[in-house]
Amino acid sequence: MKAKFIDKIATIILYIIAFLIVALLVSFILYIIYQGRSSLNLNFLFGKNKFNQAGGGIGPQLFNSFYLLIISLIIAVPIGVGAGIYLAEYAKEGLLLNIIRLCIETMASLPSIVVGLFGMLVFVQFTHWGYTIISGALAITIINLPAMTRVSENAVRVASQGVKEASLALGATRFQTIRKVVLPSAIPQILTGVILAAGRIFGEAAALLYTAGMSAGSMNFHHISLIDKASPFSLFRSAETLSIYIWQLNSEGTVPDAGKIAAGASAVLIIMVLIFNFGARFIGKKIYESYTGSK
Amino acid sequence: MGIMETKNLNLFYGTSQALININLDVPKNAVTALIGPSGCGKSTFLRTLNRMNDLIDSVKIEGEVLFENIDIYKDYDVIKLRKRVGMVFQKPNPFPMSIYDNIAYGPRIHGTKNKAKLDEIVEKSLKEAVLWEEVKDRLKKSAMGLSGGQQQRLCIARVLAVEPEVLLMDEPTSALDPISTLKIEELMDILKKKYTVIIVTHNMQQAGRISDFTAFFLNGEVVERNKTEDIFYKPRDKRTEDYITGRFG
Repeated sequence: MKAKFIDKIATIILYIIAFLIVALLVSFILYIIYQGRSSLNLNFLFGKNKFNQAGGGIGPQLFNSFYLLIISLIIAVPIGVGAGIYLAEYAKEGLLLNIIRLCIETMASLPSIVVGLFGMLVFVQFTHWGYTIISGALAITIINLPAMTRVSENAVRVASQGVKEASLALGATRFQTIRKVVLPSAIPQILTGVILAAGRIFGEAAALLYTAGMSAGSMNFHHISLIDKASPFSLFRSAETLSIYIWQLNSEGTVPDAGKIAAGASAVLIIMVLIFNFGARFIGKKIYESYTGSK
Repeated sequence: MGIMETKNLNLFYGTSQALININLDVPKNAVTALIGPSGCGKSTFLRTLNRMNDLIDSVKIEGEVLFENIDIYKDYDVIKLRKRVGMVFQKPNPFPMSIYDNIAYGPRIHGTKNKAKLDEIVEKSLKEAVLWEEVKDRLKKSAMGLSGGQQQRLCIARVLAVEPEVLLMDEPTSALDPISTLKIEELMDILKKKYTVIIVTHNMQQAGRISDFTAFFLNGEVVERNKTEDIFYKPRDKRTEDYITGRFG
């Protein structure tokens, strides 16, 4: 009787805790979106930012955020997936593997501002690139690599269970097995990890402050070049992202409606992160279905 | 003189010995069953025959394993070996791709690219594994949607597609229901006309039903190896008799 009563109480408490977490998140998101609601229109999303008058948009910053994200993923995904494959399939238990694991864990716990300062020393000053997209992308790669490696390693490990032996027993080599059997079935999980990482990259500020810089000028999208600084696609131009812009508006904003723009940009930022998260789940589920033939 | 033969085979996992001085020959075009209690080394033994134990770092092997009189642990191409000595596992493990691609996987990695030739191999292998009628209209569908028993027959067809001579089966029916098990057992009866089958089984009735020869493993040793009916009806060793009659194991 008493045990049952306690069980009931415990159940209720656990439900309340779970509800609190959900309520906290939902109210947080709703508050931010509500604050920025007046800015959620196309003029704001794609409009140019203004320097000393009200009514500016966040177009360049939004573009910068996406472009930096893409560049960073192009660098981080192959390295992370490669490292994951190595750890899951090739590394043998021993000193070397322990050292690699220690390095990855340490890297994962680096504060992003420290990575930012390190990035400034190495990718900005040492290379003489200055504040550039490529510097920012490299700094962000450092932040993302541990998670990317871990996701890939787990995905490859899970995907290779059972089927790895079957493939080798048919006379396939280890690399054939990884390329044709293991990787295809690991991809949904890796993709989910990449999209979740993309959400984090998109919101990252501290590591970009001293690497990608804080300028966002006008953009001429007809000018396509990876090197010429005048092109929006240049890797060697300074680029202010959305989250940096929010920080800048709040600390040193010169426009009269800085508060309003910051609130709007925050709402956009959080909506984008939500899209990334839901997108990851959706795509993961779709690919899983197509593999298992449940649909 | 069998198609496969081991001479004074010893196998160690690190310092613990899993197989002790095994001398066993496997007759061609017959089903040989390996029986014995869990942990007696029968699966380990099976995996030495196509060098799947190579995947485990701590394994050390002494003695000879002969396939058509050639030692497979001395200058033998492991890829060629595994093509000729195929393996079916305990749990059905189809690749997460279509039924067609599952069967075509082996021939493709061994260099067959011709579409018509692949079509022919896929059909022939599925027919040999008695699965063709059930899947011929859904070859492009994922193999993961098949039932457990169908998946296991698919795995057998996948092995047959690379035209092996020996089929190693590691408890191939232990994860299946009785009806699927029966289908696989009937299949083995057909397969032995063309292939040499070595099967590990926990199920003594199964060994009795399907095998021509039986080897009884105990604690890493082969206690007795003989014609199946002799093992079951006139065992020479007391330990075999105790196991067969269910006094332990």
